[in-house]
Amino acid sequence: MNIDLLTKMANEISAFFATESPPDQAAQDVAQHLRRFWEPRMRRQIIAHVREHGGAGLTDLARRGVETLAAGESDGA
Amino acid sequence: MFAIDYHDHGTAAPLAGAPVTLQIDGHEVTVPAGTSLMRAAALAGIDVPKLCATDTLKAFGSCRLCLVQVEGRKGYPASCTTLAEAGMKVRTQSPDLQRLRRGVIDLYVSDHPLECDDCAANGHCELQSMAAVVGVTQTSYARGAMHRPLAVDRSNPYFEFDPQLCIVCSRCVRACDEVQGTFALTVQSRGFASKIAASEDRPFLESECVSCGACVEACPTAALSEKSLAHGKARERAVTTTCAYCGVGCSFTAEVGGTAEAPEVVRMVPNRNGHANHGHACVKGRFAYGYAMHSDRQLKPMIRKSIRESWREVSWDEAIAYAASEIRRVQAKYGRDAVGGITSSRCTNEETFLVQKLVRAAFGTNNVDTCARVCHSPTGYGLKSTLGESAGTQAFTSVSQTDVILLIGANPTDGHPVFASQMKQRLREGAKLIVIDPRAIGLVRSPHVTADFHLQLRPGTNVAMLNALAHVVVTEGLTREQYVAERCEVPSYERWKAFVSEPHNSPEALAEVTGVPAEQVRRAARLYATGGNGAIYYGLGVTEHSQGSTAVMALANLAMATGNLGREGVGVNPLRGQNNVQGSCDMGSFPHEFSGYRHVSDPAVRALFEQAWGVKLDPEPGLRIPNMFEAALDGTFRAMYVQGEDFVQSDPDTHHVTHAMEAMECVIVQDLFLNETAQFAHVFLPGSSFLEKDGTFTNAERRISRVRQIIPPRAGYADWEVTMLLSNALGYPMNYRHPAEIMDEIARLTPTFEGVSYAKLDRLGSIQWPCNEAAPEGTPTMHVGQFVRGKGRFYTTEYVPTSERVNSRFPLILTTGRILSQYNVGAQTRRTDNVVWHEEDLLEIHPHDAETRGIADGDWVGLTSRTGETVLRARVSERIAPGVVYTTFHFPQTQANIVTTENSDWATNCPEYKVTAVEVVRITQAEAWRARAAQERAAGSSRQPVHA
Repeated sequence: MNIDLLTKMANEISAFFATESPPDQAAQDVAQHLRRFWEPRMRRQIIAHVREHGGAGLTDLARRGVETLAAGESDGA
Repeated sequence: MFAIDYHDHGTAAPLAGAPVTLQIDGHEVTVPAGTSLMRAAALAGIDVPKLCATDTLKAFGSCRLCLVQVEGRKGYPASCTTLAEAGMKVRTQSPDLQRLRRGVIDLYVSDHPLECDDCAANGHCELQSMAAVVGVTQTSYARGAMHRPLAVDRSNPYFEFDPQLCIVCSRCVRACDEVQGTFALTVQSRGFASKIAASEDRPFLESECVSCGACVEACPTAALSEKSLAHGKARERAVTTTCAYCGVGCSFTAEVGGTAEAPEVVRMVPNRNGHANHGHACVKGRFAYGYAMHSDRQLKPMIRKSIRESWREVSWDEAIAYAASEIRRVQAKYGRDAVGGITSSRCTNEETFLVQKLVRAAFGTNNVDTCARVCHSPTGYGLKSTLGESAGTQAFTSVSQTDVILLIGANPTDGHPVFASQMKQRLREGAKLIVIDPRAIGLVRSPHVTADFHLQLRPGTNVAMLNALAHVVVTEGLTREQYVAERCEVPSYERWKAFVSEPHNSPEALAEVTGVPAEQVRRAARLYATGGNGAIYYGLGVTEHSQGSTAVMALANLAMATGNLGREGVGVNPLRGQNNVQGSCDMGSFPHEFSGYRHVSDPAVRALFEQAWGVKLDPEPGLRIPNMFEAALDGTFRAMYVQGEDFVQSDPDTHHVTHAMEAMECVIVQDLFLNETAQFAHVFLPGSSFLEKDGTFTNAERRISRVRQIIPPRAGYADWEVTMLLSNALGYPMNYRHPAEIMDEIARLTPTFEGVSYAKLDRLGSIQWPCNEAAPEGTPTMHVGQFVRGKGRFYTTEYVPTSERVNSRFPLILTTGRILSQYNVGAQTRRTDNVVWHEEDLLEIHPHDAETRGIADGDWVGLTSRTGETVLRARVSERIAPGVVYTTFHFPQTQANIVTTENSDWATNCPEYKVTAVEVVRITQAEAWRARAAQERAAGSSRQPVHA
């Protein structure tokens, strides 16, 4: 899928949790949102984007959220 | 005239009252205090003669036909205006009363044609009936003046006004005033010159009349009558069903004639016992059902190998077999998850449930979504997160106990007209109104209704506005601390309080963002928080934004903080767009959850469905509609089954959608018409209209109502049967004999529907879910005592501006909406006479913006955004603010969604229809401009599909 669009979506999710969640919880909440609502191929792609390209374009929180997601995915990327 | 199965009681039932017992014609009758003698008599089986009374209107006491005698009292009081009292002894028949009534009728018929055999109301005319009751067959006033001849007003496409038949009883005027609230009719002049006039004596079509038909139904003669009744069309039977237009879900009596082999709907009459509409209707529901019989209906299945080939009509067997083989072929080639399905908010609960079951169980994937994705998916997310249930909190009748209505991002007089009339009744009683909308919607100022505040904010700034309102509520100490302490999660409340109290959330700080003066915001916030019962109503102007879910949460925050949840008169109420948006969401249409909003990853829930359906189910969420388009362009999504949804016209960034569709190898479209999406289909399966099938719809107040088959499916199968055929062809057996059996399965698998059955729906008329052991007859008001999630949860709602910004190239903001006479993509209403009111999409533009661009009212204009361009006519209007333009999306010729973007709500991917940066230019060669735009579109997309 279009990685620019996935990046934008992940950043917008992170923008919500950046203020809603306590700082130590925000990345976990981003990851949980991705896990609950993103279809596996979207998750795999954003995880691969972080692993292979350092998550270019992602905000810091979005990147940390994806990393938290990746750590929790049973099959990784 | 009344529905053929209706027995009118003359006056309405009182809201409540202690029982009083009286005698009427020697019969003992007990009724609630406040009941009229006329109604009390009717309840005892005694019909007092009447003409100016009907039970949807206030007693008027003008016709003097319903006179009665009360023992111990002088004179002959009108039974419609005299209330029952304990111990009264009432006579409705006596020689004196008969003499008086004969005199009245004699006068009426002296100026009324008596050629009843040729009249559309023959056999149903109340004057005819009353004349028979009192024994008058001709007038004794032989040479008096008469209102004849007078021209008949046939300007309205659905009804006509024959002033010669009018008895000036005022029922039409009162219906327009009291029920509809438009005040379009009046009794003009005095005495013998009195006559009914629309607006300032204009033809109905040119008047302020909104064609709701309340006047037509109220008319006791054929002075106002449906054109469908002309030529003496017989109405043999009445069937109660539910309207298939908006989310109000009006109950109707369909009057059916024709023959047993070819039954025909002659008239639709709103059901006076309907729990959502209480006998009222709008121009769409009452009149615009003719699309079901339109010649554009495609009644034969069709297939084609490629979208570049012509369609070939085939048998149902061949079409279904081909569709099934293509689904399996695509799965074999690209994988199980390369296919999916779309359920429709226009179809029944049972049909929606079956489509998602087909996708999950027979396709073996969770790639199922619904058109609610593009309208109210943020409602589901926002209300579930804060309150614990993905639904509105109130019954419509709750508004009658509301003191302050906060209406944001909704235009009820156009989108939900019957509920708007209920709202207007309450506003005329004195309730206050706060409107938050970029556009001056009808309720901002209409006859006898003026909004106390119209916060005309810039599109895209809802969250900023709601934070500003919350700032005032919190910093001025207007919160209900005890309520919150008892019912909400206090830590989340404290965080939220601290957040909204920050200076950057003050009305003063945000005035620059919203464009609304701070003092107005402050006063509106005080009114909502302290004005008594505060009720929030909202629509797509809240949800269809990049922060749609955040705004829904912000609304719930406001309601919790002010204690405005959990009783009548308050609440947070989404006004759902289509007839079954609530139901399609309830039925498990979203890719991440089963029916009843339970996530697919929950092992216990999944096990329940696996046991019932006999298959292993996927624990992962599937693709949402916009994700499906992306995956199609990516080459990983290749086939889909689309029931009753036209996303090529309705979804944003049309150019992007059509490129995705071109990449598909198998698109199965099931619809009434060859819609825009069908251009990209390989299989077309004829759909069935709401008149052709059984089922249920669930309206915006969670009310489940029966849809009843009136005519046989024109193409041979109801939609639920077609889904079964496809499933069986795929090797996953479905063998329901009737939608009642599907509802039984829904009830077994869905806790909130546990107590729902067709038998109970028949008994109660309708049921608001949750319906279970704790609430066997349903739940009108949610969150009484405690929230569904336990404690209410506050969320901090930081305002994040949309990435869609105006600049020098695109300096205006386009926002979209709908109008009264058309519905959604117009597939139904464009195929009715409703086009006389709106035959094309128009672009509303402020006079200032029009002048600077040299645009005059009616000019063709080009509308250009970053994603595309289209052509339409301009309407210069002050309803929108400078810098904002507005249009509808009812016509494929305009294809307004060519210009909308793929921006979407962060949580749900609901498109941001309401904010698009555009430029508008005056053009002279509309067709040439349109052709050039189409050429440019065809020349390429920013993202070309990947072909395997």
